[in-house]
Amino acid sequence: MKPAESTRPKPGAAGGAPGAPRGESEELISGSEAIAHACRLADVDVITAYPIRPYDTVMQYVSQMISNGEFDCEYIVAESEHSQFEVVKHASAVGARVFTGSSGVGWLYAFEPLAVTAGLRLPMVAMVGNRALDDPGAFGVEHNDALAVRDLGWMLNWVDTAQEALDTALIAYRVAEDPRVFLPCAISCDGAFLTHSQSIVHVPSQEAVRAFLPPYNRGDKQLHPDNPITIAPQVNEDWLMEIRRQNDAAMRRAREVIMEAYVEFHAKFGRGEEPFIERYMMDDAEVALVGMGTLAMPVKVAVRKLRKEGKKVGFVRVRWFRPFPTPELQAALAGVRAVGVIDRDYGYGSAFHAGVLANDLRSALYPLERRPKILSFIAGLGGREVSSENVMDIVTRVFRAGEGKGSGDQETTWIGVRE
Amino acid sequence: MSTSTVEIIYRGVFQKTLAKNICRGVVLAARKEGKIGLAFGRYSDSPERNGIPAKQFAVVAHTEEELQEFLSRYEPDNNDITIVTDDTLCKGAESWSWNGLQPVNTMLKPGGTLLVASMQSHDDLVKDIHRRDHPYHLAVVKGSTSFSGMFVYKDDHTDVRLLGALASLAPHVVGLGAVTEAIREQWKSDLKVDSAKRASDLIRSLPIRPGQGNPETPHAFELPGWKKMGEGLAIPGIPVREHPHGWDGGFVPGRSPTFKKFSTRTQRPVVNFDTCKKCTLCWLQCPDSSFNIAADGLYDPDLEACCGCGVCEAVCPVAGCVTMVREEVFQDNQSQWQRWSKDKAGYKALLAGWTAHHEARSHGYHHRGQYAEEIANETR
Repeated sequence: MKPAESTRPKPGAAGGAPGAPRGESEELISGSEAIAHACRLADVDVITAYPIRPYDTVMQYVSQMISNGEFDCEYIVAESEHSQFEVVKHASAVGARVFTGSSGVGWLYAFEPLAVTAGLRLPMVAMVGNRALDDPGAFGVEHNDALAVRDLGWMLNWVDTAQEALDTALIAYRVAEDPRVFLPCAISCDGAFLTHSQSIVHVPSQEAVRAFLPPYNRGDKQLHPDNPITIAPQVNEDWLMEIRRQNDAAMRRAREVIMEAYVEFHAKFGRGEEPFIERYMMDDAEVALVGMGTLAMPVKVAVRKLRKEGKKVGFVRVRWFRPFPTPELQAALAGVRAVGVIDRDYGYGSAFHAGVLANDLRSALYPLERRPKILSFIAGLGGREVSSENVMDIVTRVFRAGEGKGSGDQETTWIGVRE
Repeated sequence: MSTSTVEIIYRGVFQKTLAKNICRGVVLAARKEGKIGLAFGRYSDSPERNGIPAKQFAVVAHTEEELQEFLSRYEPDNNDITIVTDDTLCKGAESWSWNGLQPVNTMLKPGGTLLVASMQSHDDLVKDIHRRDHPYHLAVVKGSTSFSGMFVYKDDHTDVRLLGALASLAPHVVGLGAVTEAIREQWKSDLKVDSAKRASDLIRSLPIRPGQGNPETPHAFELPGWKKMGEGLAIPGIPVREHPHGWDGGFVPGRSPTFKKFSTRTQRPVVNFDTCKKCTLCWLQCPDSSFNIAADGLYDPDLEACCGCGVCEAVCPVAGCVTMVREEVFQDNQSQWQRWSKDKAGYKALLAGWTAHHEARSHGYHHRGQYAEEIANETR
């Protein structure tokens, strides 16, 4: 049993990962800085900003790059998140490649433009520095902010390292701007653990990125005096359902485009071989854990410890939440007895009071002939550390459920809360 | 094969760049030795507040898997080295975002090294540092407190001197060769490389025995469980204490018993009660309501509430009545007024001693220039 091949660079490989294209530089940077590098490499035309931590760290790095003359773009600091997202929405309509982002309640303040961007089929790429939805001023990570738009036509993904943040941002442009898709995409980065920690990242060259990422071309949908069109006129019940169905079809097509983009990315950069999910020690796993974002780290540490004790446990990290990787998750989890889903979010009042990922996963696995038991765990809210001991506790419960013992799969357990 | 961690405790905002340079220096040097690393700050300290104790960390590992343990943590708790960039922090650190005073050696592993930038002797520092059950080492890089903050970088070589000392004290974390290579690459300065080498040569550490040090029990706070907490985020106010000692007994405002502020302080006000005119200005202008009114109407700074901003000194109209004095001179937070009322002559002598340590600067690290001269002095 070997862990899945790491997609991150090996140490000591000065000047780039083995087999990596020439011109990659090695930098000690944070996840936010990695996103800023992706914007520079993608040669984004318009960026808007409004400060809220942890997203504001991206603003810092973007503005630094502009003032250092390393990056040329329209950089607009708006007077609110609502305007911030409106500005890039319109810029995207005229054919500009755009980037923006926010965190927590800032992201929710932009809800009106967030909702209509997908409807207008504008390929905005945003970074959500995941943050608790406040009160009282909490700024640690929770995933409910990005998840709030999960059914509105945004593609959503979660990354777990600064390297993956950079790579996924480049892939996001390629997917979002594909005419088969033309949907916005948000890259979620866990506040603190990803946005504020610096690790070694391989930064590709502009030339390599240019070869991977074609220019944004809206074709006959570009708002331009030479192409007189109207975007978003008034429609009512006689039109709207067809428009929604088009969006639905675009989201369905996104799967294929995402897979193509990863194949191409892997061929060019040597990273990112598995698009939708990461399978860790799953080959002979009897029980599995599922989660998103940086909590993958303590989970992997715990899985390795448990494997040494002979416990057959594996882990599936969900990279893309929308489109939801239903076939991949069905394939990965069909053979296990029980699944423990660790949500860094909450779903108050939902089925079994479970987390958002747990509920979606339960839906995805329901049609299976042999359904594993699914247990929901809420952990790490507001940025509370999820320790490998917490994960061991979860795994014990999942094994018991797999044996038909314990509290079963119709309850949700909060891990690491003070009773 | 194991992971090593370095913790840096520094003054928020004023020393942010200094801490960052040290953390990045450790990770970049480790890279030169073929290891990998991670540099991060304690998220809950940020956005930083002026002078309030904050932390940054560097983790050095041999493999990706070892490093994973730290990729989702706020604070490593078993550090090989703890670096303290301002010696007044040796009295303990209370972050702005939590409750309780954390001794600077709390997260140091048994047998680890506490490395302090200071002009004080080992013996003087040990009096401030809370005692532990385990032995550890104390090392001092001689130097006045450095100011390399968010807005100004006073390039006095404190960052590279601490890196050089670290390489000598903990070569298993990073060796001097790698440190100097990383410094040359980052700063392209032979002078900075020389400073690191000199610090590495000069650094000596002393063993500290279990139980040796400050016997005080640091103030702590017990976090309640969710069933005990009141709902709806309604926090009871601290009761207003109306004349707690009777009408003629002076006045002590209600203060939080668990959130104090004194670890933010690098200077404290000392009051010459013999010259005070009771004009009320210090009491009125203090942003933290730190002044108690004594029974005789004099104003006595509560040194657990005072964060050392120096506003009282600035507004006092009487020359020499309120004087800001370097915090390192003091071992406790006793009431000055009580000392004065018990023994006026004795207090006068104390005051004369204290005010000899007056520093002509306002709150924090307002630096008034002279960089070139100081750098020349410290690198000579």
